[in-house]
Amino acid sequence: MSISPIERAAATTPPGVARRVKGLSDRALAWIFVAPTILLLLAINIFPLIWTIRLSFTDYRVNRPNREAEFIGLRNYERILTDGDIWISMQATAHFLFWTIFFQVVIGFALAYLINKKFRGNDLWTTIIVLPMMLSPAVVGNFWTFLYQPQIGLFNYVVGFLTGADPSSFSMIGEVALAPWAIVIVDTWMWTPFVMLICLAGLRSIPDSIYEAAECDRASKWRQFWTITIPLVLPFLMLAVLFRGIENFKMFDLVVQLTGGGPGATTELTSINLKREAFEKWRTGYASAYAVILFVTVFGLASIYVKALNKVKER
Amino acid sequence: MKSTVWNCALGVGLLVGTSALAVPSAKAENLTLCWAAWDPANALVELSKDFEEASGHTMSFEFVPWPNFADRMLNELNSGGQLCDLMIGDSQWIGGAAESGHYVKLNDFFEQEGISMDDFIPATVTGYAEWPKGTPNYWALPAFGDVVGWTYRKDWFERPQLQAEFREKYGRDLDVPASLAELKDIAEFFQGREIDGTRVYGAAIYTERGSEGITMGVTNILYNYGFDYDNPEKPYELEGFVNSPGAVEGLEFYKQLYDCCTPPGSSDWYMSENIDAYKSGQVALQMNFAFIWPGVEADPNVGGGKSGYFANPPGPGGHYAQLGGQGISVVAYSSKQDAALEYIKWFAQPEIQAKWWEMGGYSALRAVVEDPGFASSQPYAQTFLDSMAIVKDFWAEPAYADLLLAMQARVHNYVVAGNGTAQEALDGLVEDWTEIFEDEGKY
Repeated sequence: MSISPIERAAATTPPGVARRVKGLSDRALAWIFVAPTILLLLAINIFPLIWTIRLSFTDYRVNRPNREAEFIGLRNYERILTDGDIWISMQATAHFLFWTIFFQVVIGFALAYLINKKFRGNDLWTTIIVLPMMLSPAVVGNFWTFLYQPQIGLFNYVVGFLTGADPSSFSMIGEVALAPWAIVIVDTWMWTPFVMLICLAGLRSIPDSIYEAAECDRASKWRQFWTITIPLVLPFLMLAVLFRGIENFKMFDLVVQLTGGGPGATTELTSINLKREAFEKWRTGYASAYAVILFVTVFGLASIYVKALNKVKER
Repeated sequence: MKSTVWNCALGVGLLVGTSALAVPSAKAENLTLCWAAWDPANALVELSKDFEEASGHTMSFEFVPWPNFADRMLNELNSGGQLCDLMIGDSQWIGGAAESGHYVKLNDFFEQEGISMDDFIPATVTGYAEWPKGTPNYWALPAFGDVVGWTYRKDWFERPQLQAEFREKYGRDLDVPASLAELKDIAEFFQGREIDGTRVYGAAIYTERGSEGITMGVTNILYNYGFDYDNPEKPYELEGFVNSPGAVEGLEFYKQLYDCCTPPGSSDWYMSENIDAYKSGQVALQMNFAFIWPGVEADPNVGGGKSGYFANPPGPGGHYAQLGGQGISVVAYSSKQDAALEYIKWFAQPEIQAKWWEMGGYSALRAVVEDPGFASSQPYAQTFLDSMAIVKDFWAEPAYADLLLAMQARVHNYVVAGNGTAQEALDGLVEDWTEIFEDEGKY
């Protein structure tokens, strides 16, 4: 008869300890161990969330301690959902999210596919490629404002060199048509390596034997790619999309450094807009309602996505 | 000779002033003064050494760069923080700080110490110290007078070849502009021109979106085209004043100036970017607060007579300039209020104010600026006086941040992003401000 590890641990527990916890059920013991974490979670996560929801129904302003906050029902929600500026901000966020994820997945997967091939200097190239994601977003944002400088910026110079256009004739972060793409380019430059690493993990998890079997069946490289590589890497890709989606929905520092949300409100993402409402205009109640709406949106979308991800994994 | 007399008077004054404070107070404190991180703050650090010596207190300083200054310091005040004992806060904070109890009311202190607000430039008292405006309720001592003005490349203006070309094109001398229209002509004239082998541009103007930049710039034009914050007869009535035909024309002018005559990529420029562009020889004209002028004079590239200064030119609707500057207040949450008041008493002395001006700080004390030697004491002194005589300020209501950010968004959206028309931008601003004042219970 084999003894389970739990029974072995119980047998080796000194009698003193055993006596002390005598009378406590396993369930009670489990609660004792878990309670500090739950209390901490309640204090720093759940309580602020409930408090935020409560504030969202008031006109409270944190910079007016002498003014009584009034309960105003759903007025904050109504205002937000009918505010044209908020919708512009949502559109800017959607544009940023879609294109950054699209480029990062395409380029990240392509790089991972190339890096996965055995060649000389493979490790060195991997290290070089992942360098951008090791930098601070604030530094990257600041650094790219110089690259985008129309008179002295390297980016404008390269575009000018390749297209023959006058480098000072366009401003990536100063023009309405270009600024949304300027932030997409920088985020893609910085975070494509992250997607690449996840894809690389996926590619390396595929056993060689599957490809060998496909070779025996005389499957073409193209067919192997579509019927083996893509389906087996897909859960990893979806995970990368989830991570980048959540991160970019919260994007703040990089864009603030690059464009400050301008020109106009072209690159004012929801997180920047929310920060302005909460900590510059000090409309605490309004900002709380805004935060609740964003929370529900992200939570809802993420839940649907995770379900889809699980289905793909089950296949 | 004049300067010798001036220096002697200053020395004697300082001696008398510091001896008055030479009796150390009961308890030596370490006071923290909070302000923006800029050149005048460095001058104040030097000046405050006299206070340390005279009072026995020590001084610490918390300086925050301008783009984050309001965020950081208003957070500090709103949270009842004790970091700052003395705050040199922006003029527009005065309403909120007074009504929320962040600042100590100074009326009794002024009366007790014989400090009279009549001794200060009236515009600075209204702008930096009073709340409600126009009432004798004082929350600060005017500390640093400032105003938006213009700097220009005098050495370029004086070049005979450029003079001749300009005269031929515009039929007048290339000189300090007498109106906003003339200013635009000059900016257009320099835009894209090659000077000493470098391509230069017309003017660096305020376009920054994140804090207060574009508002501090555009108001200089709007005021002079007839913009009013509200009906002078009926406060908070905005329609027809904020979006008057003159105001619309003024906003269009600012956009034209931005489109025709600014350096490429200047879509988010404020004080420091304008200084950089000017000092590096990129622009012929620069819009900026007067605080930069001592630094321009001392600069090896553009100082020492190469630059000139002029007040914001008049427009068809009047002659005004945007007020800057700050007052110094005692923070209500400080546990060292007595020592902080001692600092204000010391700072208010005429001899200290005279030294403040000498060190690059713009004193708001009339005894300093009305001294016969003042106008000629620095190349920009007369321009400072001319500019301070025509100032107007933004709202100083408790809801100033909402009002400011609404204007930032509307104006930037039109001027820089090119969305909509000037009329739509100002109509939108009326809507935003009306909603804010409704929330404030003003209607």
